[in-house]
Amino acid sequence: MSEKSKLIQGRTGPWEIVLGLEIHAQVASNSKLFSGAAVGFGAGPNEQVALVDAAMPGMLPVINRHCVEQAVRAGLGLNAQINLWSRFDRKNYFYPDLPQGYQISQFKDPIVGEGVVEVERDDGTIFVVGVERLHLEQDAGKSIHDLDPNFTYVDLNRAGTALMEIVSKPDMRSSDEAASYVKKIRTILRYLGACDGDMEKGNLRADVNVSVRRPGAELGTRCEIKNVNSYRYIQQAIEYEARRQIEILEDGGSIHQETRLFDPTKIETRSMRSKEEAHDYRYFPDPDLLPLVLDPAWVQSIKDSLPELPDPKRKRFESQYGLSHYDAGVLVADQARAAFYEQAAAGRDAKLVANWTVNNLLGRLAENGGDIETSPIPPEDIAGLVKLIEDGVISSKIAKEVFDHMWAGEGTPAQVVEKFGLVQITDTGAIEASIDKIMAANPDKVEAAKERPQALGWFVGQVMRDTGGKANPAAVNEILKVKLGL
Amino acid sequence: MSDLTKLTLKAALAGLKARDFSSVDITKAHIEAIEQARGLNAYVLETPDHALAMAAESDARLARGEGGALEGAPLGIKDLFCTEGVRSTAASKILGNFVPAYESTVTSQLWRDGAVMLGKLNLDEFAMGSSNETSAFGPVINPWRRSGSDAALTPGGSSGGSAAATAADLCLAATATDTGGSIRQPASFTGTVGIKPTYGRCSRWGIIAFASSLDQAGPIAKTVEDAAIMLRSMSGHDVKDSTSLPVEVPDFASYVGKSVKGLRIGVPKEYRVPGMPAEIEKLWADGIAWLKDAGCEIVEVSLPHTKYALPAYYIVAPAEASSNLARYDGMRYGLRAGGPSLTDVYEESRAQGFGEEVKRRILIGTYVLSAGYYDAYYLKAQKVRRRIADDFDQAWQTCDALLTPTAPSAAFALGEQSDDPIAMYLNDIFTVTTNLAGLPGLSLPAGRDAQGLPLGLQLIGRALDEGTLFSLAGALEKAAGFTAKADRWW
Repeated sequence: MSEKSKLIQGRTGPWEIVLGLEIHAQVASNSKLFSGAAVGFGAGPNEQVALVDAAMPGMLPVINRHCVEQAVRAGLGLNAQINLWSRFDRKNYFYPDLPQGYQISQFKDPIVGEGVVEVERDDGTIFVVGVERLHLEQDAGKSIHDLDPNFTYVDLNRAGTALMEIVSKPDMRSSDEAASYVKKIRTILRYLGACDGDMEKGNLRADVNVSVRRPGAELGTRCEIKNVNSYRYIQQAIEYEARRQIEILEDGGSIHQETRLFDPTKIETRSMRSKEEAHDYRYFPDPDLLPLVLDPAWVQSIKDSLPELPDPKRKRFESQYGLSHYDAGVLVADQARAAFYEQAAAGRDAKLVANWTVNNLLGRLAENGGDIETSPIPPEDIAGLVKLIEDGVISSKIAKEVFDHMWAGEGTPAQVVEKFGLVQITDTGAIEASIDKIMAANPDKVEAAKERPQALGWFVGQVMRDTGGKANPAAVNEILKVKLGL
Repeated sequence: MSDLTKLTLKAALAGLKARDFSSVDITKAHIEAIEQARGLNAYVLETPDHALAMAAESDARLARGEGGALEGAPLGIKDLFCTEGVRSTAASKILGNFVPAYESTVTSQLWRDGAVMLGKLNLDEFAMGSSNETSAFGPVINPWRRSGSDAALTPGGSSGGSAAATAADLCLAATATDTGGSIRQPASFTGTVGIKPTYGRCSRWGIIAFASSLDQAGPIAKTVEDAAIMLRSMSGHDVKDSTSLPVEVPDFASYVGKSVKGLRIGVPKEYRVPGMPAEIEKLWADGIAWLKDAGCEIVEVSLPHTKYALPAYYIVAPAEASSNLARYDGMRYGLRAGGPSLTDVYEESRAQGFGEEVKRRILIGTYVLSAGYYDAYYLKAQKVRRRIADDFDQAWQTCDALLTPTAPSAAFALGEQSDDPIAMYLNDIFTVTTNLAGLPGLSLPAGRDAQGLPLGLQLIGRALDEGTLFSLAGALEKAAGFTAKADRWW
């Protein structure tokens, strides 16, 4: 995508969108950031609440080492500075789902500093997003407004759950770039096991900062759209918001810094509060907690235990398996896919396995709304299928039919071939008989082919049709050439 | 058997162990004394049934030759400590009839060691006050009176109930807390011994928070040795409090009676404040002389940032309090007032639930943390705090402990300072520095003023060096020979 095509055309000329994201990722952990209460989906209301989560008098927070480790892993995965000294601050505001009256967060001294993420656009070009910081903080509880006409109910199960907030620099210029960036962050976090990335459950969500400007001009005033939890919503919210801001500016107005909400049913953003109404959070260091001091040896041991991340894995897939950049990208987008692929490719024609995995299996899964975890075909069956092709037992065309049977759960590739009689004909006698029959019936074509060798293809097609696709195409070609005297 | 209440904790423990009397005996004696002393308003909740049940269990253990360090000893508990199944209020209306489902670490350690709970002791609301007058239950009356006067005096605050109950023999000893002087000033006003240990020595878990970086639990007791016995049980590392120190607990009582010969005692010149009563000047001089007689070397030291301590304290403590008290919002426990809207509930619950002094401090704290003021107030105060700690570190180059008066006056009359917050805040002038620096400070009674009221001296020590304080306090206690008790008028 060229720089120019990212611009939005307004009535008075082109505009550039400038985007920065704050991604809130729930830390994959069995217990909360400062309490031993369980974290999990599906528990009854207020069943996962420790005394400190409910802010009972005299209760104190104690940092969860596992959550700190996950934040460090995430920081390392984002190629970011790990701060060996960081601190927790209190962000003070009143709300019923915030029992303490403050959120414990990291304001001034976050655990992770600057980093960089390489992100690929849909057209394969790369852009770089700077990470400003990553910090740990508590999630709030959930206010439920629609259970009763007069009352709001509060569920504190989520209160105190650990979040990582990943703040980007304003380095994105289109809604596509923003979505690609979130995808990339999600992939990295899932690789690291630091966050399950489940956006439907709200375990990964983003606040999007949107501003517009004339190309090359100073940054415009931004509006922050809170809590957007799908790629599509992120894109829709940005598109709407950018248009809204452009219209205001083109009408001679100015943008007021404010916090906005995205309404996915109306596909629009609405003002939540203006800068003047913004809370004064009165941040100050939480006196219940000591500064978080990390042992460099511990950080190093975490670094040493990191899994292979998507970018290096993709490069390895390209060089080790000879895969196209695209196929490698599709396969490493998800750790389970990559593992599936590597299992299937062992000892086989790796490119062929990639074709079958990317084009057939993932394609079919996507049509059915699934991914590799829900695949009805195990990796060894993809390997088996490719082996049958390699061995010339079946043709690529037959393989598609075999694949359909495999998808339907009708057995391993060998069983399917056996059951449905799909073995390729390599018996030259049978092929010769077929060729003779076709040549006899089409003397004109035989003459033509002798003049114009390209016409050979027509015969190949006829033979394949005659044999129900079971003839080995290489054998057909060879015999035809001899018989036609080419 | 009412004599049993006159015993020191140490003597009572010996008598219990020797089976001279039972825990039920001494507990009953205290329950009776408490009933007769309701006019002092020291207890906000008496738990006699609870106490007798605990006493009976202690007696059973004692009969088996078992029992912990405090086995069978009836104690009073400041109502800032959460006690499982027993109403805990911080003397605030906002907590209403809050009954915790948990026991504070400090009190659970007392029960582990066999102590008996007589009830919950009055205090300034959320421990904010120096006269116990901010309590929602009304002030505690000091058992001491000026000679020839029946004017009601303050026992000091915030641990006024703990001090008065100990002074009036309504418990063998009491738990207390100290954020800026709340153990030591009441001890000074009531002729009792109180120690605020090193920050982190006692777990804060289960103690209703006032200012987290300053709050520290400690005992109020009748003698130095009693305070040492209490502190040993109250102390210890607690993984539930991140600021609790992972250090061993010494046998503090073993330091009492140790020679103090050769110890260097610093006398900080900045603690000679204008307008200090001559009697307190004299008491201080007496203390210096007594320690010199005991073989100590006296050195003058300078703590140049002392004058900034009180302003810094009255920024840091309210800042933390404004945030710590945000949880009292009428949502989950305690008082809930107001109309149908969320804002109504917040405003009315907090307006009705908090008293004037608490509101004042929440407002001060909110202000100093506000955008645009944070650097000028909170951050500056933290820098001052660092300087004050540095002053002490400097002093420790030339001395082993400091000797100062505990408070700038003897107990004053109820109502005398309650209209003047600044005058009230000045009560903490000699005590806040140790809270800001996290150091241990001990107050012991060393004399009486012309009107017969007790006066205290304060010893300040190095971090985790409570042992030296107990040795010095033992020497001073012996030299001062303070044995006076308040005449019983109640």
